[in-house]
Amino acid sequence: MEKIVDQEAAFQARIDAGEKIEPKDWMPEKYRKTHIRQISQHAHSEIVGMLPEGNWITRTPTLRRKVGLLAKVQDEAGHGLYLYSAAETLGISRDELFHQLHIGKAKYSSIFNYPTMTWADIGAIGWLVDGAAIINQVMLTRTSFGPYARAMVRICKEESFHQRQGYEIMLTLCEGTPEQKAMAQDALNRWWWPSLMMFGPRDAESPNTEQSVKWKIKRKTNDELRQQFIDITIPQAEILGITVPDPDLKWNEERQHYDFGEIDWDEFWQVVKGNGPCNKERLQARNDAWNNGAWVRNAARAHAEKRAEKERTAEAS
Amino acid sequence: MQKNERKKKEPQKQANLFTNYTIITNQYNMKGNPIWEVFIRSKNGLEHRHVGSLHAEDAKMAMENARDVYTRRQEGVSIWVVESKHITASNPSENGEMFDPAKDKAYRHPTFYDLPDELEHI
Repeated sequence: MEKIVDQEAAFQARIDAGEKIEPKDWMPEKYRKTHIRQISQHAHSEIVGMLPEGNWITRTPTLRRKVGLLAKVQDEAGHGLYLYSAAETLGISRDELFHQLHIGKAKYSSIFNYPTMTWADIGAIGWLVDGAAIINQVMLTRTSFGPYARAMVRICKEESFHQRQGYEIMLTLCEGTPEQKAMAQDALNRWWWPSLMMFGPRDAESPNTEQSVKWKIKRKTNDELRQQFIDITIPQAEILGITVPDPDLKWNEERQHYDFGEIDWDEFWQVVKGNGPCNKERLQARNDAWNNGAWVRNAARAHAEKRAEKERTAEAS
Repeated sequence: MQKNERKKKEPQKQANLFTNYTIITNQYNMKGNPIWEVFIRSKNGLEHRHVGSLHAEDAKMAMENARDVYTRRQEGVSIWVVESKHITASNPSENGEMFDPAKDKAYRHPTFYDLPDELEHI
């Protein structure tokens, strides 16, 4: 027991000194578990996040939009793969991670349980959802677990194109006909609050935050990140000439931040618990993809075995 | 014997905890495919550098996957893939005996040697 206490103290000292933790290093079991949970949730979010946007790939207004959206969705797949790899360094298998997603045990970001009803939603997702994700992910590039931090560096490099393509879609709509601008406003109305919810519960209601900050998994709290996002995003909405659906939003000269209205936390928890507009549809889509892809995985294995057999025969003769 | 084998490969159905549909867990694939470590040379003149890992059934497919996953934006001019199980890694708990012996050998560094300030090109 004493030995474990010593090890934990030594571990905390390394974290405090700014050292990174690598997969084979000793770590408290809770640190390992927290990381498996967080990194895999993050990976699942990238993969499930392909679904709402994939919905519009065949219906983009121009070829330029289509290549951009395709590349973005392909990136999300790549980001999921980087993150699954990082999670696996902690001793959990890829199959187990997938399984947890497929049976509905693992969580992913609730934002992807909202539907993409119009083309403007693709703009709003790139601008707001990727914008919120970037704020979180930039913080995570300095997280204490090496493989997670490295995956984040790679992801952040790629992510800024996502936000720019989204904003450009919004800008084009806002400079278009009144109907197009109304579409952009409608999308902002529907995506604003769910985007703010992406940062998670308020600090007071977030029991894991303190430990996560102590272990330098998170370097800022949910509320700090949310405020940062709002402060950055409001001037961007002003350039578009559309307004966020919050009557309480106003600049606070004293705080040098925007004050904003109360988030509907009941909605947040409902969606987390599986009662959002698309939870079942998303999970069904992932299960279908896995099941319908079984023949590809089997064919790959059969092909590899055949190739290996051929090589053995060639060597023998 | 043959009958048993065929039975093994039958998809296994399992009730889903979350909704009422079923998941087909394919036993054939459940043994999992190998993990490969990926190294990329970003341009000639630089070394290959570890960038991450991926799953693939064999080296050729690992190479194709590495191309798609790690070089979508011209990040490299050369890729190495090696199955993770072939890498032997040092153990961090033995870092002391492994790396400490170099600690007290300052004489391996140029600054260990006292030379006059006016001396140049050395």
